[in-house]
Amino acid sequence: MNETPHTVTTLPAERRPGCPFDPPAELLDARRHGPLSRCTHPGGKPGWLVTGYDTARAVLADPRFSSRKDLMNVVDFELPPAPPGEFLLMDEPEHSRYRKPLVGKFTVRRMRMLTERIERITAERLDAMEAAGPPTDLVTAFAKPIPTIVICEILGVPYEDRASFQEQIDAFMGGEVSDEELIAAYTATQEYLARLVAAKRARPTDDVLSELTDSDLTDEELRGISLILLAAGFDTTANMLSLGTYALLRNPEQLAALRADPSLTDGAVEELLRYLSVAKTFHRTALEDVELDGRTIEAGTTLVLSYHTANRDPGRFADPHALDVRRQAAGHLAFGHGIHQCLGQQLARVEMRVAFRALIDRFPTLRLAVPPEEVVLRPEAADIFGVKSLPVTWDAP
Amino acid sequence: MSAPRLSADRARCIGAGMCAMTAPDVFDQDPDEGLVLLLHAEPPAAHRTAARMAVGVCPSGAIALHEPQPGDLA
Repeated sequence: MNETPHTVTTLPAERRPGCPFDPPAELLDARRHGPLSRCTHPGGKPGWLVTGYDTARAVLADPRFSSRKDLMNVVDFELPPAPPGEFLLMDEPEHSRYRKPLVGKFTVRRMRMLTERIERITAERLDAMEAAGPPTDLVTAFAKPIPTIVICEILGVPYEDRASFQEQIDAFMGGEVSDEELIAAYTATQEYLARLVAAKRARPTDDVLSELTDSDLTDEELRGISLILLAAGFDTTANMLSLGTYALLRNPEQLAALRADPSLTDGAVEELLRYLSVAKTFHRTALEDVELDGRTIEAGTTLVLSYHTANRDPGRFADPHALDVRRQAAGHLAFGHGIHQCLGQQLARVEMRVAFRALIDRFPTLRLAVPPEEVVLRPEAADIFGVKSLPVTWDAP
Repeated sequence: MSAPRLSADRARCIGAGMCAMTAPDVFDQDPDEGLVLLLHAEPPAAHRTAARMAVGVCPSGAIALHEPQPGDLA
């Protein structure tokens, strides 16, 4: 391939008005030119943009592409290495040292054993919505509290600490506060997690964090792991539940099909993961010159992988821009691929299967309480895409 | 004609659980380490499609299905 590659100049590109579920037009256009484009990172450095499914999968499976934070070449100053425990931004062997002790705690079977508990948590939220009556904001009434309570139980956050803990994480995950408030909330969460780790080591309880004190991980590392479990396990699922409900309400024939046939639930969750891909982009940096799709990725250059656009690749998924709850969506990249594929994906699946099913069963007349164009979206610069709020209503009996 | 044969490499496995979710009759995860357990190295015909799908979605390339070649001796 000798012709000049297609170039995308403005990252992050914005979504088109009226198309809240689709990748930005510039990324879809890039994919039509080929799986690999040149781009300029928001920090000004030149890089590569991956929008093709096969190419994204190949990069994610290739150890010549690094996840290390300190190697990321996107801004013109040096980034520090990932703090202890934050293994998402590490390569082997450090990555496995942290991931290995966690894997057995998030297996398919162990997560399915949480189903009943998650059903109870979900039912309590639905009871509260029903008692308060319509309309309500689905984000604060339903989508956020369910994964928050679940991750609090996994980390063993005592019941009496949960309200203040949730306020802190809301502040630093929401992206809606000033820099000073953000730093204050981040520091408070770090301090809280440090105290929590010390408490679990002194008096273990029945939770994952207490079990991990039995490993060779230090308190500082356990605090980092707790932060990553929190960050990865809360905002992602919360935004899938709210944006997913919005997508179903905007595709009434799909919602009707799902409502009529509970056996479609598991597949619908996979399809919503593919279609929405709320964790929309990740980065990798070439450790050496790598030939990829006929181009040379120079050592030290950082690639942006658009999972969202790759999950809309017509070469992999027929009619990719249609939400189709009957589709075979397995193989989507919403949880990534390669050694960093989401550790908590089986938990996320149980949460979504339970919560979507219970919501649509409880409120057969659920609908938006505002015109669709008034639903406010998160900015494209946010790590996780979603709606800021989702006003919904229903016919109260 | 010999049957297709599965192999699993626990050193490569990252315990994502995709195989146990996709082909639960063929794969499991051990309860301590969460890594792949092969329940049937030669999956019965009824489970072969699921086993092939599991190989396709494995994030770490830890499982493989070896199809019998035309020249193989049964």
